[in-house]
Amino acid sequence: MSLTGKVHKFGDDVNTDYIISGRYKFKTLDMRELAKHVMEDLDPEFYSHVNKGDFIVAGKNFGCGSSREQAPLAIINADVSAVIAKSFARIFYRNCINTGLPLVECDTDQIDPGDELEVNLKEGILYNKTKGLEIPITPLPPVMLKILSEGGLVEHFKKYGTFNLD
Amino acid sequence: MGKTIAEKILSTKSKRDARANDIVIADLDFTMGQDGTSGLAIRAFNEMNAARVFDPARVAMVIDHSAPSPLEGVSALHQQMRNFASNQGINFYDIGDGVCHQLVPEQGHVVPGDLVIGADSHTCTYGAINVFSTGVGSTDLAAGIISGKLWFKVPETIKFVLNGTLPRGVYSKDLILYLIGDITADGATYMAAEYTGQAIADLSIEARFTISNMAIEMGAKCGLMEADDKTIAWVKEHSKKAFEPVKADADAVYAQVLEYDVSSLEPQVAKPHTVDNVAPISAVAGTPIQQGFIGTCTNGRIEDLRIGAEILKGKKIAENTRLIVAPSSRQVMLQALREGLIEIFVESGAAVVTPGCGPCVGTHNGVPSDGENVISTANRNFKGRMGNNKAFVYLGSPATVAASVLTGKLTDPREFIK
Repeated sequence: MSLTGKVHKFGDDVNTDYIISGRYKFKTLDMRELAKHVMEDLDPEFYSHVNKGDFIVAGKNFGCGSSREQAPLAIINADVSAVIAKSFARIFYRNCINTGLPLVECDTDQIDPGDELEVNLKEGILYNKTKGLEIPITPLPPVMLKILSEGGLVEHFKKYGTFNLD
Repeated sequence: MGKTIAEKILSTKSKRDARANDIVIADLDFTMGQDGTSGLAIRAFNEMNAARVFDPARVAMVIDHSAPSPLEGVSALHQQMRNFASNQGINFYDIGDGVCHQLVPEQGHVVPGDLVIGADSHTCTYGAINVFSTGVGSTDLAAGIISGKLWFKVPETIKFVLNGTLPRGVYSKDLILYLIGDITADGATYMAAEYTGQAIADLSIEARFTISNMAIEMGAKCGLMEADDKTIAWVKEHSKKAFEPVKADADAVYAQVLEYDVSSLEPQVAKPHTVDNVAPISAVAGTPIQQGFIGTCTNGRIEDLRIGAEILKGKKIAENTRLIVAPSSRQVMLQALREGLIEIFVESGAAVVTPGCGPCVGTHNGVPSDGENVISTANRNFKGRMGNNKAFVYLGSPATVAASVLTGKLTDPREFIK
């Protein structure tokens, strides 16, 4: 699975309230509707600027704060193809795997807004096409790769009815 | 080689020798969802083609975040929860019953040694009574209530040894804010925290909940304490379930051991817009305040209300200042009524609202205006958290909030404590 897109860059400690504010998440379960407000408190123009396949790139501790799964779902429904950060908060990390949003842990200092990236999760490669630079990424543990490659935990349970991770 | 509390509980629940960084599938003792997360969990439950939850007695849903409903969309979510709860026969708490993290231990659902998940990040609260409890998302909750199991990466543990005695006017909230400021918002990411030492032993169970509640604000998966005599007495008072407390081994391996002496700690405040942006009250005293809030899963318990009421008794809050009080459960509200605390709040000029999350998460019950400063006993002060991204939220103890609404500015509560 190879992903290609442009970079939208954010800083450290992007919390789930910034990804999708509590004032929207209670209003609806329509994720396409919620997606219109994704990252709004940090960048009001984000939704109008993001194109299908683009990447959210950030510093450390991305997704800290609440357990709301609306955060990865709103990102998916804004057609972002993956989130790339130096580190992730753990509930957000699980939620990405479970909902099928690819995430990449790596040094993001050499990725700038507007850069074009190519990501291959299976092979563990991130290539910054704009800078002609290959950046090493931390591979996902097999359990998580399995759930992600099946399309998330819902698909896993549809298939097996319970956990089947061995 | 010995084990931490987290390694021991996950070993027992996965029936294998679990060590830090292993991935295990473990049996769940209790599972919980609230009204911000249950809608998606029910959707996932249906999409997974499940018919029944694994054990209705081990599942709870709580309407607390946006309760009573302020909007049609929220009403629809609440209705969906009521229908699911009624069809499945699970534990269900409706509007006015209280905050999920008050109700789960108060109603005796969890006991020492348990493994618990909740679709709410502050599920780590029950670590104070020796429960491995952690926040998950809605899809994890759906998988958990279907199978009674979940996969866990066994966390490494960071141990906080808290020596000394907290000074007068300084509370467990000040202590946990100080620790978060010290190790930062991601200082314990992917890890379990263990809190121990004389300062913890001296605290009541209610005050300990405040500390474990905020473990997530340092990134931790859970915030564990050993069960001492106080814990055992408290749990027996609230639950009929049998239990076996879990202690860390003397030779357990920790990622880090941090020691602190709390004897000269000042009241602490987290400044906008991150929880680790912490300063002693002396550094921020005098900042004008328009709204105060006492409540939430962090500090809405009876002791917190007593601390606030003690300072407000016979006094009026400052002009152009507002105070909102949300008791953390119906039982806490009743107790506060019996003790005359509600009367003190109302006479002081406070608005007392429905037991539940109150204005903490910004959906209702007190959204601040542009440019306003709020001092709150909650656990988060992110930009926009209380529903307005142009407002500024400070976090402190119930005493700091009470003192600050009396003067209309951030105030050291020790000025009001004899």
